[in-house]
Amino acid sequence: MSKYSVPETLAVSDSGFLFLPNTGETFTLNLVGKEILNLLQDGLSEEEIVKHMLDRYDIDERSLEKDLSDFIMQLRKYSIIKEE
Amino acid sequence: MKIAVTGLNATDNPGPGVPVIRCLKESKEYDIDIIGLFYDSLDPGIYMENICAACYMIPYPSSGVNALFDRLKVIHEKEKIDVIIPTLDSELYGFVKLQGKLADLGIKTFLPTAEQLNIRSKDKLFEFCDTNQIKAPKNILAASVKDIYSISEKFEYPVVIKGIFYDAYVVNNFEEAVSAFNKIRAKWGYPIIVQEYLKGDEFNVVALGDGNGQMTGAVAMRKLYITDKGKGWAGITINDNRLIELSRKVIERINWRSGMELEFIKSAETGEYYLIEINPRFPAWTYLAPAAGQNLPLLMLKMMLGEDVKPLTSYTIGTIFVRSSWDLITDIKTFEQIASFGEIKWTK
Repeated sequence: MSKYSVPETLAVSDSGFLFLPNTGETFTLNLVGKEILNLLQDGLSEEEIVKHMLDRYDIDERSLEKDLSDFIMQLRKYSIIKEE
Repeated sequence: MKIAVTGLNATDNPGPGVPVIRCLKESKEYDIDIIGLFYDSLDPGIYMENICAACYMIPYPSSGVNALFDRLKVIHEKEKIDVIIPTLDSELYGFVKLQGKLADLGIKTFLPTAEQLNIRSKDKLFEFCDTNQIKAPKNILAASVKDIYSISEKFEYPVVIKGIFYDAYVVNNFEEAVSAFNKIRAKWGYPIIVQEYLKGDEFNVVALGDGNGQMTGAVAMRKLYITDKGKGWAGITINDNRLIELSRKVIERINWRSGMELEFIKSAETGEYYLIEINPRFPAWTYLAPAAGQNLPLLMLKMMLGEDVKPLTSYTIGTIFVRSSWDLITDIKTFEQIASFGEIKWTK
C-alpha cells in the first residue's frame, strides 16, 4: 500500500495555489488535485484515496487509478511529496 | 544626517544604489538626506523623485583614488557628508584605500579590508571554498587566448566565461569561448575566469557581516524571472536553512564587514548548493530584504554609527519583488545642469 509524506511547511491555499517555501516554486492545482493533496496530507494511502474518490465521483476504477498514479508521479517529480 | 550613496545606474544591469537608498529612507529613527554619487549623467537614479536630495558626479575608478578623494572633498565641503556607502564592485578597492582619509574628514564608512575583498574575488573563490569545505564549481584563470585551448582538457562544454568584476557568458564550444573571452577582455581586462557549468536553479542570499565574524542578518531568495543578461527581474524569499548557514560560514571565515550577496546554484543532479560568486556589496534586489522584515542597509547604518544591534534571524517567506522599467521625464535645463556641472540639488 503506497503512502506518501507531505512536508509540514507546504502551503496550499483554498483555491489550490501551492507554494514550496524551501525552493520558492509555485503551482496551481484544480479542485480535484487539491482534494487529493489534502487527502495525502491527512495520511491516506494511494489505495485509500482511490476508495474515497470512487465514493464521491462517477468514474470507473481503472481510469481513476491511472489518473491518480499520473498525478502522484507529478507531485513526486516536483518534490511536493515523498514516498514513505 | 547626510548619507552619500553610489550606484545610481538603475538600468537593465542595475546598480544597488537606488534600492539601498530606499531601504535607508524607511528609517523612522533618523532624518536622512541622500547625496547621490553618479558616474554618468543619464544614471536613472539621479532623476527619480524622492530618492536623492542632491547628486554629484564622481570620477570613474580608472581615474585613481586621488582624483576620487579630491572630488569627495569638494562634495563634502558643500554637503557635510556623514556617511558614504559605495555599492559597486569596481569602486570598492578605491573606497577601501580611502577609508582612513575619509574618517579624518569625519565621514564614516563600513567596508571590508582589501584582504577580505581579495579572498572572495572571483579568481580566488574556488581556493577559499576548497579550504573551507564549501562546494564550488572548478575554474581556471585565462591570461591569454592560449588558455582557452586548454578548456576541453579540463572541463566539458558548456562552461562559463566570466569577467573579474562583471559579465558572464555560458559557451558551448571553442568558438563561442574565444568570442566571449575577447568581449570580456576588451571590457574588463584580465584575469578572465573559466568556470565549470553547473545545471540547476540559482539562489541568492543578501547578508550583512559585522567585521568580527558575526552575521547580523541574511535573507535567501530564488530568482523567478531572469533576463537575457542573467539579471533577476523577479524573486521570492524562501526558507532553506542550508543557504543561511552557508552564508554564515562564509562571513565567519572572512570576518566580513559590510553587505554581501552570495550566489548559489542548486545542483539539479545532487540537490547540493554550490557557491558560484560572492559579491562584496548589497545586491540590486536588496529592497526585498526590508519588505520581508530585515532592513539590512539600515542595520549597517546603525552599526556604522556605533549602535548596539541584535542580529536579525527571521524573515517572511514568500515575499516577492517584481522589477519594472519606468520612463522618467526631465527637461533640457535639468539635463544641462547635470551633464555640464556634474551636480544638481533637488528642491524638497
